[in-house]
Amino acid sequence: MKKILHRTYIFLIILFLYAPIATLIVLSFNASKTRAKWGGFTLKWYQSLFQNEVILEALYTTLLIALLSALTATFIGTIAAIAINGMKKRNRAFLMAITNIPMLNAEIVTGISLMLLFISLGMRFGFTTVLLAHITFNIPYVILSVLPRLKQMNPSTYEAALDLGASPLHAFFKVILPDIFPGVLSGFLMAFTMSLDDFIITHFTKGPGLDTLSTKIYTEVKKGIKPEMYSLSALIFITVLILLLLVNRTPKDRKNTTLSRQEEIVL
Amino acid sequence: MNKKWLSFPYILWAAGFIIIPLAMVFYYGFTDRSGSFTLENILAILSPEHRKALFLALLLSFISTAICILLAYPLSMILAQMGNARNSFLVLIFILPMWMNFLLRTLAWQTLLEKNGVINSVLHFLHLPGISIINTPAAIILGMVYNFLPFMVLPIYNSLLKIDPNVINAARDLGANGFQTFLKVTLPLSLPGVISGITMVFVPALTTFVISTLLGGSKILLIGNVIEQEFTQSGNWNLGSGLSVVLMIFIVISIIFSTLSDQDGEGTAI
Amino acid sequence: MKKLIITALLGFSILSLWGCANGQDTPNGEVVVYNWGEYIDPDVLTQFEEETGIKVIYDEFETNEIMYPKIEAGASDYDVVCPSDYMIQKMMENDLLEEINFDNIPNAVQNIGEQYYEQSKSFDPENKYSVPYCWGTVGILYNKTMVTSEIDSWADLWDPQYADSILMQDSVRDSFMVALKLNGYSMNSTDSAELEAAKKSLIEQKPIVQAYVIDQVRDKMIGNEAALGVIYSGEAIFTQRENPDLEYVIPKEGTNVWIDSWVIPKGSKNKENAEKFIDFMCREDIALKNFEYITYSTPNEAAQALIEDEEIKNSPIAFPVLSDYENLETFEYLGTDADELYNQLWKEVKSE
Repeated sequence: MKKILHRTYIFLIILFLYAPIATLIVLSFNASKTRAKWGGFTLKWYQSLFQNEVILEALYTTLLIALLSALTATFIGTIAAIAINGMKKRNRAFLMAITNIPMLNAEIVTGISLMLLFISLGMRFGFTTVLLAHITFNIPYVILSVLPRLKQMNPSTYEAALDLGASPLHAFFKVILPDIFPGVLSGFLMAFTMSLDDFIITHFTKGPGLDTLSTKIYTEVKKGIKPEMYSLSALIFITVLILLLLVNRTPKDRKNTTLSRQEEIVL
Repeated sequence: MNKKWLSFPYILWAAGFIIIPLAMVFYYGFTDRSGSFTLENILAILSPEHRKALFLALLLSFISTAICILLAYPLSMILAQMGNARNSFLVLIFILPMWMNFLLRTLAWQTLLEKNGVINSVLHFLHLPGISIINTPAAIILGMVYNFLPFMVLPIYNSLLKIDPNVINAARDLGANGFQTFLKVTLPLSLPGVISGITMVFVPALTTFVISTLLGGSKILLIGNVIEQEFTQSGNWNLGSGLSVVLMIFIVISIIFSTLSDQDGEGTAI
Repeated sequence: MKKLIITALLGFSILSLWGCANGQDTPNGEVVVYNWGEYIDPDVLTQFEEETGIKVIYDEFETNEIMYPKIEAGASDYDVVCPSDYMIQKMMENDLLEEINFDNIPNAVQNIGEQYYEQSKSFDPENKYSVPYCWGTVGILYNKTMVTSEIDSWADLWDPQYADSILMQDSVRDSFMVALKLNGYSMNSTDSAELEAAKKSLIEQKPIVQAYVIDQVRDKMIGNEAALGVIYSGEAIFTQRENPDLEYVIPKEGTNVWIDSWVIPKGSKNKENAEKFIDFMCREDIALKNFEYITYSTPNEAAQALIEDEEIKNSPIAFPVLSDYENLETFEYLGTDADELYNQLWKEVKSE
């Protein structure tokens, strides 16, 4: 009885979260050009998607920015996490408060503040400005997912490695990195996903001719979304779904502790 | 591992892209068009239309946060009990939708909720009375809950997992019933998760302008909309910055709130 | 998870390669265009690139007010922009525009009707800064099956029987235009009493308004979501094609006759290319292509003559005879103080 209740509850939540997604997928097969009318089943939007250079270009920009910003943020963020972990409590609390700013501050304020900065620096708005902005709001996600892993680590292993004659860099790669890797990975994934889904900050820092999928969609929301956008979203969604199912089906070859598992799960 | 210099790249980055930009918002907020000091942009929050927009934003995000807790807590408990299957489940439920653009997802709610929308067509087909919540505060709350629910579930779920099962067993052995155990053991131990969930939901809900535009038909003005319009349409950056400063006061309160409850400074946010 | 990442990384490397292979030769430089959303036939841009070898970097905006700060900030190097009348005046007054050399754009001299230059004088008195691209009126689009009375007045938007079936424009000047005209005032009024009255009307109307939207009027009217909507004439032809129940009317109290024109912002790095682009847009076959795609009225008389569909060619919606209507006006820029007053009042309406 309890189980049925649990399942029903989960089912209802999933229904709530996925109803709009199902709607979008259905719309991608709608022959009518407007969202408001059902004009019969068609696959033509999937065909025209691959001829639509504007959308493909936006997709490319989105992925490139997400990849570059997530990589850079992972690099800076992991180093920062190691440094923060070794700090005294007061310094650490201070730096963590700053780290929390981009995560907790209103996205609109972050976007606007960066826009003001770029203008005062006389930078030309475009790829670079968007990339810098995305790195900025991605770093905290990396720090916050690496830090707990560092805490669980036994600091003596690193010192032991040094005592045994390993160089600090060598010790880092052989001792620290393998231990914190799940955290680094989940930080990277979180950063990548956040960058992918961001609209507001990109909106304020983008320049002429540069569009990510989000900004493209925002322009189209007002004019009526082009059906190709639905088919693209459906394709991305299905691809990620299949990838996730595949990854989850392969048996785990690593022996994870429950704790390291948790973090992978979350992200 | 006590290499101080390791923190330099990040400190530089944070100074350049977090602190200085924020300082510029403050600068604009405390000056007028000619660049001389004024408090006018800050005090503008007291004018009736801004006060109303702020109050409404506070109200709607408060309600949304409450609904998120009510939905997320039982869900997290179920998920935490699920064992191995939970791995794929959580990802499936919460991360996957994020790969579909959030503007499109929110727009899809328009299609669902409209007068001749999907939900009403289904209700009509079943001979049930239709609903009309599109372009009302209720639709905005729905959009907020929809978009921010994951940020409530993940921290609560994490804090529930951290609870040592032995503690719960001990409580049961000592004669507490299920409800008592929940009230005296589980709930207090998961409180940090709930609190970081509250900040993670409340702040974005308080400051959103997209959800209110898409689902509120622009009839409902939240403080986020006012700020956005000052920047993108009225071109009054000073006023926009001033109102942002006021908004930040509320955010700072939340940050203090969450750091106080997270004393070892590890950040339970994710 | 590891596998997922590896797969993803592989995917991106392929994408990046494809991106590089896609790069085009641009022997003759580039031109950065900033235009309204969906306000051009995309084929026209390709054709321009092929014929001239100039690469077009194309960007879109939703309202004049969103466009202006981007130009003013100077952080983006646009070469050609397409603002409306009053915004052109504002840009001129703030010294943001470059004079156009009409010798370089013979098509504009030849093809654009004289009356449109005449009309442009209200914001560009010497016709030195702007070349008309599209024009039209603002009116009410209504669904014949959903109204019971004759629709011919802005007052119909205040009729309680259409509660929750009315769509208003979500932009300051357009909304105030409707309310000012309803009250019998000029839509360029700066008189605080008149504006206060207009504000009162808008607040009074708000409970029966379904939503304030910009271009979504189109989708919503096609989907029978609303009975009445304030809309630009250019959208009317498109919506009628999709939903024959829709009808467009210019209210008897008068309305806004607007022109969107090409201008070159000060400091343009590719002024010659910008003029080539404008000239290309004024060629009759190109203007015709654009008209057929976006269905906004073209001031290009040579293109108008080429329209094959007689019904469209003589359509009173696409090409209204302006002398048939009274109280037509064109927006003027009213200055910073008036701008702020409008914004303030509009906020009061919205927060009500």
